[in-house]
Amino acid sequence: MKRCISMLLALLMLGCFLSLSACSSSSSDNADAEEDGEEASRGYQGEVNVYNWGEYISPGDDGTVDVIDEFEKQYHIKVNYTNFETNEELYNVLTNSNSTYDVIIPSDYMVARLREEGLLEKIDFSNIPNYKYIDERFKNMAYDPDNEYSVPYTWGFVAIGYNTEMIEEGSVTGFKDLWNADYKDDGILMFNNSRDAMAIAMQLCDPPIDPGSTSFTRDDIDRATDKLIEQKSVLKKYVMDQVFTEMEGNQSGIAPYYAGDIMTMMDNNDALTYCLPEEGSNLFNDAMCIPATCKNKENAELFINFMCEPEIAAANAEYICYGTPNTGALEYLDEEILESELFNPPDEYLDKCYAFSNIDDDIYAYMQKRFVEACSASAEVSSIEKKTVNPTAVWAVGAILLAIILATIVIIVLDIRKAVRNRGRINKL
Amino acid sequence: MKKLRSKIYFIIIMAFLYLPIIYLIAYSFNDGKTSVWKGFTLKWYTALFRDSQIMGSLYNTLIIAILASVIATILGTAAAIGIYNFKGGVRSALQNVSNIPIINPEIVTGVSLMLLFTFAGVMMGFEMGFWTVLLAHIGFCTPYVILNVTPRIRQMDSSLYEAALDLGCTPVQAFFKVVMHELLPGIFSGFLISFTYSLDDFVITYFTRGSRFQTLPIQIYTMTHQRINPKANALSALLFITVIVILLISNFASLKKSKEAAR
Amino acid sequence: MKTKRPAIPYIGWMLVFTIVPLVMVIYYAFTDAQGHFSLEPFQNAAVYSEVFLYSLWIALISTFICLVLAYPLAFSISRCSERSQSMIVMFLMVPMWMNFLLRIYAWVLILQNYGPLDMILNFFGVDVTLIGNSGAVIVGMVYEFLPFMILPLHTVMSKIDSSLIEAAQDLGCSGFYVFRKVVFPLSVPGIISGVTMVFVPTASTFLVAQYLGGTQFMIGDVIERVFQSDHNTGSAIAVVLMVVILGFLVFMNRFGDKEAVNG
Repeated sequence: MKRCISMLLALLMLGCFLSLSACSSSSSDNADAEEDGEEASRGYQGEVNVYNWGEYISPGDDGTVDVIDEFEKQYHIKVNYTNFETNEELYNVLTNSNSTYDVIIPSDYMVARLREEGLLEKIDFSNIPNYKYIDERFKNMAYDPDNEYSVPYTWGFVAIGYNTEMIEEGSVTGFKDLWNADYKDDGILMFNNSRDAMAIAMQLCDPPIDPGSTSFTRDDIDRATDKLIEQKSVLKKYVMDQVFTEMEGNQSGIAPYYAGDIMTMMDNNDALTYCLPEEGSNLFNDAMCIPATCKNKENAELFINFMCEPEIAAANAEYICYGTPNTGALEYLDEEILESELFNPPDEYLDKCYAFSNIDDDIYAYMQKRFVEACSASAEVSSIEKKTVNPTAVWAVGAILLAIILATIVIIVLDIRKAVRNRGRINKL
Repeated sequence: MKKLRSKIYFIIIMAFLYLPIIYLIAYSFNDGKTSVWKGFTLKWYTALFRDSQIMGSLYNTLIIAILASVIATILGTAAAIGIYNFKGGVRSALQNVSNIPIINPEIVTGVSLMLLFTFAGVMMGFEMGFWTVLLAHIGFCTPYVILNVTPRIRQMDSSLYEAALDLGCTPVQAFFKVVMHELLPGIFSGFLISFTYSLDDFVITYFTRGSRFQTLPIQIYTMTHQRINPKANALSALLFITVIVILLISNFASLKKSKEAAR
Repeated sequence: MKTKRPAIPYIGWMLVFTIVPLVMVIYYAFTDAQGHFSLEPFQNAAVYSEVFLYSLWIALISTFICLVLAYPLAFSISRCSERSQSMIVMFLMVPMWMNFLLRIYAWVLILQNYGPLDMILNFFGVDVTLIGNSGAVIVGMVYEFLPFMILPLHTVMSKIDSSLIEAAQDLGCSGFYVFRKVVFPLSVPGIISGVTMVFVPTASTFLVAQYLGGTQFMIGDVIERVFQSDHNTGSAIAVVLMVVILGFLVFMNRFGDKEAVNG
């Protein structure tokens, strides 16, 4: 009987799931019948694999333009769209996992790094006529001096967002407030990626270290790490995309993040406001590139060109609230956005900002390593004794390991002796 | 008195187990993204069904689960029979090795397979994706099949097989008519466990999927990791209802069966 | 039927997908980035000792809470009629069939600021942050793995003959004495398998701390993070975790055997 039940169970489960997926597809069939019919007649003639930041393209919800769908309709090319959260993740995927992408959107210093390591393919700009819309200001940048490998997508800077229901408006002036114990109970968040978090810590070191420098010493990074560990006693969490949940849902009071995203959060939660950190902050460019391993170069160029269409660039800028280097897009944008300091910061502020530059491999690796260590350091470490290694803990783990190995050996020896004795007994019999 | 106390305790534990899920489901009908109730809506369900990424990953999950559990069942049943015919030390050594994926922490299995697949990928020029996930799933499902089939082999009277041969069966016939018949319950529960484990696996899939291949658990991770996403609530409501319906039907069927048997 | 041949494919499989990956993890753990023998990965891994101890500690507490919650429940279930027993076990299994991330996500929604529990406590004038601390992580773990404790305990206890308990009571034993002399010794195998089934996954799990905890990681999260950039150190941590877990299993097994022999 038991057998019958289990048989039934399995069959039913299969049936349910299949019908679930079937009914889902049929329901969507009904819902957008014409669209689907179009899709069938579209008969994709190729594909393009796009790897982008989360929340970094206009998605088609709530009356926005569905950029991917528009592209698919126009060119009959299927877009496989996936997300990454940090430049480091993008780099690791490109170098370690043997994956192939056709379009990636790294930030400035990562473009330089990928280019220097030969991981980028030269773009054929004759296939990108819309490049003419790109503002001259964003050409010949340090990360791509000859404009061969990248097409700028957005630009922006790091600002601080905070909740005025918890923190008095105007009382936050700079990154130093992220270390302020008064805000501990409101919830302080921090970047969960080594480059941004270390940069903020470096600015606050005494004496400050220039995060835009082309070369850091290990000592610089150690000092920044200590600063980050010092923050742990007041910190709530390291976040990336989770910051939206935390800030929009009044879960946390203050967080540093990319200015455009802070603008999005402010749209969704009226209690939020922003501050341009007085220390100055990181000015960044994100640019579209084609990795050397790409398999659909022509489609990739079509996609990049499409992203530079003024209407499309405007739709994206409007949704993600990041500055756009596309001069054609500006006329499609609302006054309200254009006037915002987060979208278009004053020139005096931009003068205080710095851009990241590519740094040596081993320093870069060291930075990543120290950041993970800072993340996993105990929050109870006092600010005077800033060591990440706790010798007692090391000894404890060592002792546990030793005890286990010894116990296993003892058990094995006992078993063998028992077996030998038993055999002896049998022989005697 | 004592009865009452244990009943109350039972209800508290059940509430602990079910209230979070009920809360999750209730908020799939909330017309707002935060925990403030803003009115009833079904829009998250329509959004869920229209989300081609989620539907695509549901399809991937089912394909992987079906293939992995079928292959693991065949591989595991054969292995159980073969291993049973080894003697003493060799047998227990083989059984121990086969149990490694079960007893090892999942994350260690995951990273070790990732090392293997990246290494092999670089050597032979493939990238992680559907095939590596399938291989990994077969790898952790097969031991469960072996664990379920082996006791059946032990219980089986080996003279049955010989009797079948004596009565004129070819070895193949004897195998399928006698041995398979005896082992079927074990094989089936092994298949079932494989299927459910494969459907639900997150950790090992996470490490072996490469960067593009999506299964439903991975999709749930992306959905819940970033923003509060009511689509995830809607999805959990559907999954929960599926589970309940299956269990109720199977229970009802077994009830009917036992009534018939009583008659 | 007496042939060993059916095991050959799976023996090959184990070699490639179980042994080789483990050897690779060990190889990486004992080499530096250039591939020379080195203990450097372990030196680097020493930084994470504290996280390691913290994970073991969380796992210990969660396992203990699960045991305390599950034991009386399993006992009272095992005294019910057989029909209702199978019914109850089924209802205990339903939450286990839900995806584990969705279950954790449910707790994120419940414990968050302005979530239902926070609102209730605020109403009574209690103002505490419920999420982002070790307590929330433990609640999540207990919720996740409680059924894994109840089920093995129930299996063992349902085999305890009620007449044994009655006989002890007739012979004048007090309630506690019956428990100590009859029920407890007979339930030890269930306790052991329950403890193993809860402790191993809680110690090595990842993501739960990221969802419910604050800045304090658990060892699973560290392995995942470190593996993103440094396979050698990651492997070293994985090896340490593996040794500790396997040692724990050997110990528990041994303990179980002894008890069974003495009982």
